[in-house]
Amino acid sequence: MNYVFSFFILGGILAAAVNGRIDVITTAAMTSAGSAVERAITLIGIVSLWLGIARVAEKSGLIDTLSWVIAPFFRWLFPSIPKGNPALGSILMNLSANMLGFGNAATPFGLKAMQELQKINKDPDTASEAMCTFLAINTSSVTLVPATLIALRASAGSKNPSEVMGAVILATTCSTLVAIIGDLVMRTINRKGKSK
Amino acid sequence: MTAEMLGESFSWFIPGLIFIVFFHGHIKKVRVFEVFVEGAQEGFLMAVKLIPYLIGIYVAVGIFRESGAVGILVKILSPILKVIKAPSDALFLSIVRSLSGPAALSMTMEIFDMHGPDSFIGRLASTMLGSSDTTFYVIAVYFGSVGIRKTRYAIPIGILADFTSFVASVYIVRKVFL
Repeated sequence: MNYVFSFFILGGILAAAVNGRIDVITTAAMTSAGSAVERAITLIGIVSLWLGIARVAEKSGLIDTLSWVIAPFFRWLFPSIPKGNPALGSILMNLSANMLGFGNAATPFGLKAMQELQKINKDPDTASEAMCTFLAINTSSVTLVPATLIALRASAGSKNPSEVMGAVILATTCSTLVAIIGDLVMRTINRKGKSK
Repeated sequence: MTAEMLGESFSWFIPGLIFIVFFHGHIKKVRVFEVFVEGAQEGFLMAVKLIPYLIGIYVAVGIFRESGAVGILVKILSPILKVIKAPSDALFLSIVRSLSGPAALSMTMEIFDMHGPDSFIGRLASTMLGSSDTTFYVIAVYFGSVGIRKTRYAIPIGILADFTSFVASVYIVRKVFL
């Protein structure tokens, strides 16, 4: 992450100098800092709301029931998470929200899942295997119904706004599969490196 | 299925979910209000802790986006475009997509306005937007929220997934709609 951060900032400033638009950097930095806080304020409300609801579902045993249903599939994806760990429920909720295209509801569950995964992480400084797998699935986006996208197409006057759904599902399946396989390969390589 | 029907069933989903959660909680004699507040409190602290990470990633991405660096990256990567026969606007969108959701959304709207949503590039932009995520934001926020500093192979895998979604979108849209 540190390299990426430096790359964006240093690369951006150098590129602006080359492109002769060094003046935009100051504005960009200030505006971005401001909009980050605006975004965070909205996020506070949404995260609090969903984690409140999630806590009710957790206490009533609803999440346990759900996690039990998908447990076999998750055991294969996340072999390092012990059975019945609350992380599984949060991961499930995060992925379902993502699949249905509710990005705003997905983030709180994603954060909660990370917190649960951190509790069973042996080295709190370093990402665990389960975290990497979870992020791989998340960044590759598992969309089944791109709700926002269809609305956007409809408002732009498309004759058939949902015609791209098939293509989206195919493309996202490809990228998710590649991410899962890539994650599996990296996991295996890393384990071998450690045992030497 | 028409888009309206889809939209209709969607507007039921969240209310239905909230209803089921509280109904089930009530039956199981959970003290719903207190438990809700407890969870919300946790969410509140979590979101507040996140603010510095958000500022960091927004500033870095903002500088990168406004500087024209994406244009330079597209130029460097243009040989790949020839191989997979993709327009350079699409690659531009693909890079912006992994940096910022709102920026990618407004770029897609621009493409719709210029070429129409049912043009090749319009469909391609739609497919790309739907099949990838804001990789750097997700990684920074998720890892940041629990204080992970060494992200190991998460970033390369994220970039790999974005690139796959770009190539797959071009290929699929070409096959299906041309």
